[in-house]
Amino acid sequence: MPNAVPESPATLSYRDAVREALRQALSEDPRVFLMGEDVGRYGGSYAVSKGLLASFGPERIRDTPLSESAFVGAGIGAALAGLRPIVEVMTVNFSLLALDQIVNNAATLSHMSGGQLSVPLVIRLATGAGRQLGAQHSHSLEGWYAHVPGLRIAVPSTLDDARFMLAAALALPDPVLLFEHLYLYNMEGSLTEGLARVDLEHAAIRRSGRDVTLISYGWSLHKCLAAATTLAAEGIEAEVLDLRTLRPLDDAAIMASVRHTRRALIVDEGWRSGSLAAEIAMRINEQAFYELDAPVARLCTAEVPIPYARHLEEAALPSPAGIVAAARALVQPAGGD
Amino acid sequence: MRVEFRLPSLGADMESATLTQWLKKPGDPIRRGEPIATVETTKGLIDIEAYEDGVLTELVSLPGTRVPVGAVLAHLEVDSARSVSAAAVAVPTAAAAPELTREPRPTPAAAPIAHTVRLRLSPAARRRAQQLGLTPQALRQRAAQGGVLRLQDIEQLDGEPPAPGADARAAMRQTIGAAMARSKREIPHYYLGHTLDFGPAQNWLAAHNAALPVGERLIEALLIIKAVALAAARSEGFNGYFRDGRFEPSAAVHVGAAIALRGGGLLAPALPDAHAKDLPTLMREFSALVMRARAGHLRSGEFTSATITVTALGADGVDVLFPIINPPQVAIIGAGAIRAAPWALEGQLLIRPTLTLALAADHRVTDGRAGARFLRTIGSLLADPQAL
Repeated sequence: MPNAVPESPATLSYRDAVREALRQALSEDPRVFLMGEDVGRYGGSYAVSKGLLASFGPERIRDTPLSESAFVGAGIGAALAGLRPIVEVMTVNFSLLALDQIVNNAATLSHMSGGQLSVPLVIRLATGAGRQLGAQHSHSLEGWYAHVPGLRIAVPSTLDDARFMLAAALALPDPVLLFEHLYLYNMEGSLTEGLARVDLEHAAIRRSGRDVTLISYGWSLHKCLAAATTLAAEGIEAEVLDLRTLRPLDDAAIMASVRHTRRALIVDEGWRSGSLAAEIAMRINEQAFYELDAPVARLCTAEVPIPYARHLEEAALPSPAGIVAAARALVQPAGGD
Repeated sequence: MRVEFRLPSLGADMESATLTQWLKKPGDPIRRGEPIATVETTKGLIDIEAYEDGVLTELVSLPGTRVPVGAVLAHLEVDSARSVSAAAVAVPTAAAAPELTREPRPTPAAAPIAHTVRLRLSPAARRRAQQLGLTPQALRQRAAQGGVLRLQDIEQLDGEPPAPGADARAAMRQTIGAAMARSKREIPHYYLGHTLDFGPAQNWLAAHNAALPVGERLIEALLIIKAVALAAARSEGFNGYFRDGRFEPSAAVHVGAAIALRGGGLLAPALPDAHAKDLPTLMREFSALVMRARAGHLRSGEFTSATITVTALGADGVDVLFPIINPPQVAIIGAGAIRAAPWALEGQLLIRPTLTLALAADHRVTDGRAGARFLRTIGSLLADPQAL
């Protein structure tokens, strides 16, 4: 492609950004190590850790047996003992095998020991659908974890966050779960120049608008941004809020945006019933009811196990067209009773 | 003890009103004279007042409903064991009203804004409307266009108070017509005219106002009102109500001031105890009354309490205004325009500012001789304005 714009040297993929984050953490702190299924010789199921074994050796890039409970538990033990383990769980679907370790141990030990113990563990999990991987590899269960006190749940949805959230997570004394949407690994772009760190406290406005707030994270965030572009052509200025952390939720940022636009649409790849979207909607109801010009709306995944067939999988997930329609309905409601 | 707060009659021709808004909620302490609710009548929106001190205990009627005169709107708890029913105090004309309105009347062609329109306000719109003090009527007019009112709609409404629509104007015209027809049918009017030299009053007014900021200056109409009030207090048979076949004189003089509304229509709310108040006080109350009347926020007492009325066409007027008595009152003074005219004084012909006052009075109560004395008393009071 002789006419293509020359590739900026700074262009990288989301996968590269996470790898850079790992490389930096491993380089800067000898207590850090990476552990998980196929993270070493295979280079990671999503090729995130490719090349790290060669750089850091088998002591710090450790392949584990196929036993999530065992290696997450080992990670908790290592954290208790003073190390800074990064445990990769291939997908959130498989983390259910380690649910006991995560919920009953990692999340509780600081509380149950009266603060004497801390578990500075980072668990990285792929999440989400969109790659025709079948139901058991495609669910979005991060909302479940966001229910649990003692855990911090963060979702890097941009290259910057993919690059810098890991360091922020490692700096915390308590367990952090980082959810990487598997659809985003191939997303390319460049990092914000001069950015060196991010926090795990605040939501971020990814696009400003005055008419409706689209609240989202992960792949859905990018669907919201695409929808906002379409809506702008219709004269509807959507604000897009990237939650970044699902626990704790940045209520202040959510309410500030809703106060500004007076309408909110939450786009969540989780199922609707008992969802994180429900939690956010309720908080808006509690804290910003009198700011609203329309009922809070949600767009979630159809309540089915994610289908394998491409057209069915697409139909089950939130889509930019669906977001556009839902946002339009909020801004221009049908008149009359 | 518990007393019933009933919808008062706000005019002999009023049969019902639409409750538009509660201004108090259960548990609120209520002071006598405080507005409790706003109702919509053919005369526009009126704040109805409490007639006793107490606590509002229960709201009986819902906003948006049409209620007949005398219907219980709410319950109050009052301390006094001597309390009579709030309605009995509230409705001085209630006893007469049923008879007077029994005659079949055409159904008003133009009902007030449909009270069946359910207000659908977004939470943000609802809060903003409250902050702006927008009336449910204003919102209902907009809501009638359909859909949910949003913040933007409310902010558009603010600053453009809805002009009385053709419907409201027609309803008010009908009300005026009914009251005047009743007056002409039942009251044997007699008319007297008296032209006087308004020079002394005008000179005094100019001197008095010269030292005052614009906001405190007195107007000519106020001198006339005050003079009528004093004359009414000193005369017999002009101040009070004719009810149940007899005249009930009033010790206090509450002067109804006819106020023309922008966009058409006429109201004559009362300046209470006008005979007993000094001119600056009356002026303040008169200004406030005019503003409230034009904003559609008169209080119920102001509608019902006038014991005599003054109507003036002002500078745009003509020489003589023959007024029609506003029942159940028994007298009304019409003031023509003040204009320079030839005036004979002590054998000389002068040019003086002149004013012609016309009295319409009820022959069931007084005769022309008493009327003439009454008019002359007004004239002599205006000739000595510093005594007003």
